[in-house]
Amino acid sequence: MKNYDIVIIGGGPAGLAAAVSARQSGIDSILILERDKELGGILNQCIHNGFGLHTFKEELTGPEYAQRFIVQAKELDIEYRLNTMVLEVGADKVVTAMNREDGLFLIQAKAVILAMGCRERPRGALNIPGYRPAGIYSAGTAQRLVNMDGYMPGREVVILGSGDIGLIMARRMTLEGAKVKVVAELMPYSGGLKRNIVQCLDDYGIPLKLSHTVVDIKGKERVEGVTLAQVDEKNKPIPGTEEYYACDTLLLSVGLIPENEISRGMGVVMNPVTSGPRVNESLETNLEGVFACGNVLHVHDLVDFVSEEAAAAGRNAAAYVKSGKDGASDAKTPVVAAKNAVDKDTREEMAQQDTGAGSEQEIELVATGGVRYTVPCTIRTSHMEDELKVRFRVGSVYQNCFVSVYFDDERVIHRKKMVFAPAEMEEVKLTKEQILRYPELRRITFRIEE
Amino acid sequence: METRNLTCINCPMGCALTIEMENGEVTSVSGNTCPRGDAYGRKEVTNPTRIVTSTVRVKDGEADMVSVKTAQDIPKGKIFDCVRALKGVEVQAPIHIGDVIISNVAGTGVDIVATRNVER
Repeated sequence: MKNYDIVIIGGGPAGLAAAVSARQSGIDSILILERDKELGGILNQCIHNGFGLHTFKEELTGPEYAQRFIVQAKELDIEYRLNTMVLEVGADKVVTAMNREDGLFLIQAKAVILAMGCRERPRGALNIPGYRPAGIYSAGTAQRLVNMDGYMPGREVVILGSGDIGLIMARRMTLEGAKVKVVAELMPYSGGLKRNIVQCLDDYGIPLKLSHTVVDIKGKERVEGVTLAQVDEKNKPIPGTEEYYACDTLLLSVGLIPENEISRGMGVVMNPVTSGPRVNESLETNLEGVFACGNVLHVHDLVDFVSEEAAAAGRNAAAYVKSGKDGASDAKTPVVAAKNAVDKDTREEMAQQDTGAGSEQEIELVATGGVRYTVPCTIRTSHMEDELKVRFRVGSVYQNCFVSVYFDDERVIHRKKMVFAPAEMEEVKLTKEQILRYPELRRITFRIEE
Repeated sequence: METRNLTCINCPMGCALTIEMENGEVTSVSGNTCPRGDAYGRKEVTNPTRIVTSTVRVKDGEADMVSVKTAQDIPKGKIFDCVRALKGVEVQAPIHIGDVIISNVAGTGVDIVATRNVER
């Protein structure tokens, strides 16, 4: 069995940035495991521009953005293996992986960084009636077919869901000569960024129908058309509002789900809202020395923030390895018991276990009043960097409201914003100094207020 | 007198802008809630430009397609001329980021350049 200080699962933007930052933090023994035939992950098929405005202060396409990090990783001699599938990671940080050259192999890691990204919600998760004809694709699959394989999935297209990939594909298919007839969105607001609505739909005269969904798919062998209907406030189709669109292709852009099978198998405790791990200020899961970053942690809309988050995970994993707490010589590391359902009692129980083990009490971050979740979920002040960015999403559109942060019962941050939208990730900066002023602090609450 | 309705893209607010024009000159921008909306509206109606991205086929490469973009933004009205010029284009591997695929595409004075590396 080979040994590495840090094993990173996934060689996309998160894995690459984590690797670069861990190396820059002084760790030499790093291995990236990537299942695709090249590094870069989903960025390789995102040929549109708009990446890197925050990181590089210029507008790059996806492949160019990926290449910047690939070059850094290669210059830093970071080891990686392509075409390699990770099958399992044990709570003891033994990674089981396989590829064609090495067959099945085991690696003992001191720290593991989860950077597997996410995948698209499929048709099966949507309860659309009708047959299962050819011509129904998730938007990302269509993106890969067009941009990497040079294959057009269809000529007359309807798109369900206004996620960013669906919007980008509306433009892409139009430029390649397809007719995109309509984009239907179940919710009364778009799931994608404003600039994508304007530059991908408005620029090409493609209508966006909010509060609409697909109620029927016609065609047995191949899609022949779809029927859209308006929905009421309970998302139920309103009879009499049906409209038929002849088409040969239906693209689905209906949400992304973090890919956490490996994490669950290890016993990582998940946040049911994000479908990603619950992490502390170091982006460390309930398993000591197991970190998570990027879309496997929570789905991002900007890769720049993935890179930033992953760099933090890389630094923290490096610090963990250097602290020598990994217990590589011991048979077992003490880990908090994995629990599938994290209710209030469980959290309290876990906090008590922590205290029992002699570690400090964690500060709990609570998302409520319009804030759906926060990353991280807990803070240990002793491990906190001088500044911590807490990222979150809101549950619906709020105009001229405030994001408020309460330290126990005292409101310490009250920041006005013109608009909060579910499609745009928000962040609040907390400083260590600010938190240390409240030595008895147990709970930080995030909410939207009028 | 001409009126154009646009959505501002500077922030998630997405203000509905109304831009009034006379003989190609902007006479007023309304509906914006900040100065960035005013600037965006004026540029969009007088000289809208976009970066165009697409792909072309590669011969003898490790990948079948190479992604490309216009090196600078081009007038919005030239987008379809630009993608038409890319139709049927095939390039020989190796290709590297920044390599010129088509120079002065559709008479815009802007080159189409590769945005990924494709080795042989």
